[in-house]
Amino acid sequence: MHELSLMEGMIEDLEAEAGKRGFARIHRIRLEVGRLSGVEVEALRFAFGPATEGSLAEGAELEILEIPATGTCQDCGAAVEIAARFEPCPACGEGFVIISGGTELRLKDLDVE
Amino acid sequence: MCTTCGCGQADLTLDGHPHTHGHEARPGRRRVSLEQSLLARNDALAAQNRQWLAQRGILALNLVSSPGSGKTTLLEQTILRLQGRIPMSVIEGDQQTSQDADRIRAAGAPALQINTGKGCHLDAHMVGHALEQLDPPAGSVVMIENVGNLVCPAAFDLGEAAKVVILSVTEGEDKPLKYPDLFAAAKLMLLNKVDLLPHVRFDVARCLGYAHRIRPDLEVLPLSAQTGQGFEAWLAWLQAARALAPRA
Ligand SMILES: Nc1nc2c(ncn2[C@@H]2O[C@H](COP(=O)(O)OP(=O)(O)O)[C@@H](O)[C@H]2O)c(=O)[nH]1
Ligand SMILES: [Mg+2]
Ligand SMILES: [Zn+2]
Ligand SMILES: [Zn+2]
Ligand SMILES: [Zn+2]
Ligand SMILES: [Zn+2]
Repeated sequence: MHELSLMEGMIEDLEAEAGKRGFARIHRIRLEVGRLSGVEVEALRFAFGPATEGSLAEGAELEILEIPATGTCQDCGAAVEIAARFEPCPACGEGFVIISGGTELRLKDLDVE
Repeated sequence: MCTTCGCGQADLTLDGHPHTHGHEARPGRRRVSLEQSLLARNDALAAQNRQWLAQRGILALNLVSSPGSGKTTLLEQTILRLQGRIPMSVIEGDQQTSQDADRIRAAGAPALQINTGKGCHLDAHMVGHALEQLDPPAGSVVMIENVGNLVCPAAFDLGEAAKVVILSVTEGEDKPLKYPDLFAAAKLMLLNKVDLLPHVRFDVARCLGYAHRIRPDLEVLPLSAQTGQGFEAWLAWLQAARALAPRA
């Protein structure tokens, strides 16, 4: 829903980073996006073009590493992968899963010059 | 997968040579590692807001719900009932119009309208400026009515002491399951429009079961912003939250 504003904010941050770290162009951006981050990967990709237009990342490649939602069942202790936050443990069928991964929304690295 | 770029074509060779991507091993090109959250900037501004509020002993609540669940009506009625007891001001977030801020002023509290245009949520930057402009008195309560939306307000910390999610009984009891992030982020759920329960099919027990599956310690208060039913408990909650408001 707010993918465009996230991408626009990211580009603003990167314009600031460029001065600090001494680069002028960004050729590739790598993001880590968890399944539970509340962000849709397709919407991010869609927003990337307009958000980068006229910026130092115009024409850059956007690479998105999707991270599965994982956690530990409170009842049976199994380490499981789930599809949604409220889903019961797929191993025992009923336990509540404490989430340990999949909420990431992270700017991992850049290829710059 | 190709570990250089994750392009999924590790075996791809061109004239017998491993493939390149045009952006590798070129003079002048380098990789910069960042490993930072895309929400880091918002979170930093939210922390500033939180400190600003704590320095003044102000309780700020972030009211989140779908459009039409009764946020503004709830605020109007709360203001009327606390008149002369607790100073309260309101930051209104809507995409367009200042109607809600006008309603709040008519109810007797200072209000500031933020219009987000296309934006579907308030963020910490907007709220920081709104707080400065509104300049609420020390020890007061600031209510932030977020843009009606059950999705992204969950991700954007504004610096509030707590999120309060409002769900009305006309919206269907499965909302907590459909929008778990928001219910997981809230401290209190107000179940509004209970005056309409005789007229709609809404299983309160089932709804609360869903909500507690998402967040076992979610507090729940049923009320009607129209009839005033349940308001004593809500006002008592507010008083208690105010007494516990962080102070710096
Ligand atoms: N029956 C009933 N209607 C309500 C109640 N609270 C709000 N409403 C009505 O719901 C509609 C939307 O309310 P409003 O406060 O503008 O919702 P908001 O979009 O969340 O700010 C208005 O017509 C209100 O009069 C309630 O407790 N009971
Ligand atoms: Mg409103
Ligand atoms: Zn289990
Ligand atoms: Zn490759
Ligand atoms: Zn949004
Ligand atoms: Zn500013």
